[in-house]
Amino acid sequence: MVSIEPAAPTATEPEEQQGPAVTEDPAVWARKDLLDTDTLSAEEIDLVLETADAMAEVRERPVGRVATLRGTTVVTLFYENSTRTRASFEIAAKAMGADVINLAASGSSVGKGESLVDTVRTIEAVGADVVVMRHPNSGAAALAARHTSASVVNGGDGSHAHPTQALLDLYTMRRHVGEIEGRKVVIVGDILHSRVARSNLWALQAAGAQVTLCGPATLLPQSLRSLPGYEGPGGCEVTTDLEGALTGADVVMALRIQRERQDQGLLPSLREYIRQYQITEERLARANAGALVMHPGPMNEGVEIAPEVAHGLRSVVEEQVTNGVAVRMAILYLMATARRR
Amino acid sequence: MSPVELQRGQEVARTIRRLAHEIVESNGGAEDLVLVGLLTRGAPLAGRLASAIEAFEGECPPVGRLDVGLYRDDVAHRDPPAPVRPSDIPLGVDGATVVLVDDVLYTGRTIRAAMDAIMDFGRPARVRLAVMVDRGHRELPIRPDFVGRNIPTAPSQTVEVRLAETDGEDAIYLMEGADSHGEH
Repeated sequence: MVSIEPAAPTATEPEEQQGPAVTEDPAVWARKDLLDTDTLSAEEIDLVLETADAMAEVRERPVGRVATLRGTTVVTLFYENSTRTRASFEIAAKAMGADVINLAASGSSVGKGESLVDTVRTIEAVGADVVVMRHPNSGAAALAARHTSASVVNGGDGSHAHPTQALLDLYTMRRHVGEIEGRKVVIVGDILHSRVARSNLWALQAAGAQVTLCGPATLLPQSLRSLPGYEGPGGCEVTTDLEGALTGADVVMALRIQRERQDQGLLPSLREYIRQYQITEERLARANAGALVMHPGPMNEGVEIAPEVAHGLRSVVEEQVTNGVAVRMAILYLMATARRR
Repeated sequence: MSPVELQRGQEVARTIRRLAHEIVESNGGAEDLVLVGLLTRGAPLAGRLASAIEAFEGECPPVGRLDVGLYRDDVAHRDPPAPVRPSDIPLGVDGATVVLVDDVLYTGRTIRAAMDAIMDFGRPARVRLAVMVDRGHRELPIRPDFVGRNIPTAPSQTVEVRLAETDGEDAIYLMEGADSHGEH
């Protein structure tokens, strides 16, 4: 694990100007829902990441929790399996003093055929302020958000979006490489079905990174090929050439390869994928010195990522999970306080 | 009405030195002393007090900074909301004399939040309060132990303490108009 602490300013150093004489309008969170990263401004992303810095510090205290959100009820509603997203939202909500109710599709009336809209309305009726939702269908979170006055946080919908993962990825990158603008970020794997890739792309573009999406032609969406060119900040390149993509990379993000893609005829064979696209030490040598290796988890070690890379010095995979709690605390704080105003 | 200057330059520096002496005298030395500045403006003031103490005591007490945003009782009512910033508290507040340092004491609500916050870092032997200006209008049973200046004010006014580190000058101003930050 590489762990570089951000430079903590000490009180004896001169502070940056932030008194009343300097009237710089701070960014304000005014959104009811967080459905994707595509409409977030660079200022809103900054606000989330800076708030997450404060939350990370809270987590390091002997008492790693505060009571700021007492009286707020957070419901996690998961129609799909999840370990880290659900657990880290629950830990985040509890660390902020909120009450948490976990609902899984099995074990609730969803199993009796209750519709998504009915379920969300019921959750609102019992007093939920924030609903964190994961659903196998793209657009499910947006549908739920339209039918409830509770705030909806998209915890992953189909192959559409996973905004909190993208924000925690950005936060992790920022802690290690500093300013994101102009950095080359390479996302490798099943881009076509990846909500992580999509939400990361929008957030990284807003932050001014140069993004390269790389994978076999059958797993690269045609729609993304028409995005603005690679030149300059905010650009995106789509390529099947991994060696070329890795050259000069600052961040390499491997995505989970789902074995059922092989049955769908999108992958000739797993062995073929491993041979051409596995992130190995040898391939990583083309990236910049100190390049970060990331993965949203859960990893298929030996498939999309070699075990020695997954647990190597450049890997920040475990730190991504830890940072996920701080980033989700920040999101819950910003959304819950926006509701109270 | 333009701001009225109440104190500046050397006068401000002398007040800080006097506060430093009072803190050390009351503590019987600089041992086990931890100065914690409340963000934003208490932080540079705590640094100045520590330097002053080092100058005559030969020992610089540890200095921390505390953001009380997550402990405020008005999180829902602040518009625009104050950004939350990381705190930085030195190890070893357990058993120490923690002096909370702020620029202006007003309603006392920030100090109430700060007392809650500091307890999450450990169990100080005692907690004291040092402020540059006490402007009155307390809403809670809170009283400072060390005061730079008592300045009677109207609620419609604002007191601003400016320090060289953050504002390029040492000065205290009295202004018309409620404090948009509402922090004190």
